[in-house]
Amino acid sequence: MDLDALAGCLSSSACLVTQTTSGLIIGMLLFLVAVGLTLIFGVLKVVNFSHGAFYMFGAYFAMAAYQLTGSFALAMLAGAAGTAILGLIFERVFMSRVYGADVLMQLLVCYAFVLIFDDVVRIIWGPEFKSMGMPSAFQVMPLFIAGGVVPPYYLLLIGVALVAAVVLGFGLSRSRIGKVIRAAAHNPGMVSALGINTGLIYGGVFALGGMLAGLAGALAAPVRSLTPGMGFSVLIESFIVTVIGGMGSILGALIGALLLGLIRSFGSLGFPLFTEGLMYLFMVIVLVSKPTGLFGKEAA
Amino acid sequence: MTELEAGRAQALAPVRGGAALQRYRDVLIALVAFAVLASLPLFTGSKALLDFVIRCSAYGLFATSLNLLVGYTGLTSFGHGMFFGLGAYGFGLIMQKLGVPIPVAVVATLAITAVIAAIIGAICVRLKEIYFAFVTLAFQMLIHSTILSWASFTGGDQGLRGGIPRPAFLGINLANHIHLYIASCALLVLGLLAMRQIAQSPFGYTLRMIRDNAARASFLGIDVWRAKLTVFVLAALFASMGGMVMALFVSGAYPEFAYWTISGEAIFINMLGGVSTFLGPMVGTVLLLLLNDTVTRFTEYHGIVLGVVILFFALGLRKGLLDFVAEWFSQRRDAGEGR
Repeated sequence: MDLDALAGCLSSSACLVTQTTSGLIIGMLLFLVAVGLTLIFGVLKVVNFSHGAFYMFGAYFAMAAYQLTGSFALAMLAGAAGTAILGLIFERVFMSRVYGADVLMQLLVCYAFVLIFDDVVRIIWGPEFKSMGMPSAFQVMPLFIAGGVVPPYYLLLIGVALVAAVVLGFGLSRSRIGKVIRAAAHNPGMVSALGINTGLIYGGVFALGGMLAGLAGALAAPVRSLTPGMGFSVLIESFIVTVIGGMGSILGALIGALLLGLIRSFGSLGFPLFTEGLMYLFMVIVLVSKPTGLFGKEAA
Repeated sequence: MTELEAGRAQALAPVRGGAALQRYRDVLIALVAFAVLASLPLFTGSKALLDFVIRCSAYGLFATSLNLLVGYTGLTSFGHGMFFGLGAYGFGLIMQKLGVPIPVAVVATLAITAVIAAIIGAICVRLKEIYFAFVTLAFQMLIHSTILSWASFTGGDQGLRGGIPRPAFLGINLANHIHLYIASCALLVLGLLAMRQIAQSPFGYTLRMIRDNAARASFLGIDVWRAKLTVFVLAALFASMGGMVMALFVSGAYPEFAYWTISGEAIFINMLGGVSTFLGPMVGTVLLLLLNDTVTRFTEYHGIVLGVVILFFALGLRKGLLDFVAEWFSQRRDAGEGR
């Protein structure tokens, strides 16, 4: 424990800004992964245990595209589009067979794919740590806000995630497609009787969820190292986010992810050895006091 | 559970003889199994085969204890491996730091496991199935990260090295390979027998009722939370026992013992062997270990092979191997009775 470091940081505005931004980017990346997880759960009623693999593929796709074309925009596109297609295929060919089966079966199918996907990445890109490198457009002087150092790339990352959150939130609550999706989550039989292809909706939602995770991976690629199995810790953390925020709630995922990001960045100062433990501790506290999560409704 | 499955479960339930008779039969089977296993070294000098049986004992205890949760109670724990790791580390640490006789260390480890399992269980067992699966997984990762970060105590990512002292007690010297083998077999048979008794007891049938209809069980005056917590702790004890056998076998403890893949493997073992029969997980253990040993000999990418096999079982068969055999037998019996 190093409470002095924590107190020292809290009293200095420079350190406060630096730690808060680093907490925010952790939180925003987590949000993108978690919101896909919560969306898929809300509509399809399955927990995509292989969701971390989409994050991993997003990062690797982005790195491959960046090395091929040298364009950052294309890299992001490759990460998002590649995982969207992967998600669609995965849902239609495999996951759609275990709807309504017990949780064990769904977990197993996903577990099988975690093993397979990790090895596929190992075969294609090798087992060693990879790095995509920061695109030259962002290799500029960092901004100084109240004495704290903020790399411009962080601002882009936070901005993209916020845009995704707003588009998703409004899309689901206002647009026609959003209404159909919510209806399908509520009563798929009725929606299908009204002549809407629910299989298409399921595939689409899964692709969207996979795409969000892939986008998070692509955004993380310049600032994190890439390795097979990198998706798993992200999966666990994003699951903690959905548990804290409440399964199926987008706002909950956002708040939960930001809280977790801040806990990580400030916790690493005060409790360097127990940072992960702090997250679990926080989850337990939330679960004990409000089992459905901060923004969760009673399970339907 | 659908009506069809319920009907099948009924057909599988023992019909012949009373509870006492069945208990004698179980004890008899256990004695015969132990006699066969214990006499194995007389016929073969193959150390590899004996090692294989020891590993089967460790994993078999662990996987069967998970079946108490998954198959009998309907609690899909995805973090059961934490108790396996806890057993291995608890036992190893007690032996290394305190140097007490082995039976004392075993009892102490079980006591520690019981306390931790009761705390984690009290938080987890009221959660609905998916939440339960993932929160148990989160606790597993918490324990794993504690082991990794508390390097001065647990050895961190290097694991508990330097060997675990194995002083002789009551004429049993576990440093001797044959003694270790016999002790592992005895622990396996005793553990399986104890779990069988739990499963066939009135408490075991209470668990099945909770699995099939928790609301009805609650209306009948059963404290569902307490029953689930009890079986959670009991299962943890047997998993911890498996971990101790593993620690004795490798003479150490490694962070992988507490990693989530151990839980994943245990779930897969249950799936492979089948959860509708008591011995299903044991069959699954033997199959998985055989599969692992064969695959790792041919390719370094055993994740792919294992994944494809899992998919075959999950999507193709949709049940475990012993489930199939049991169904086949009951169908044959029905046909034989002219139904």
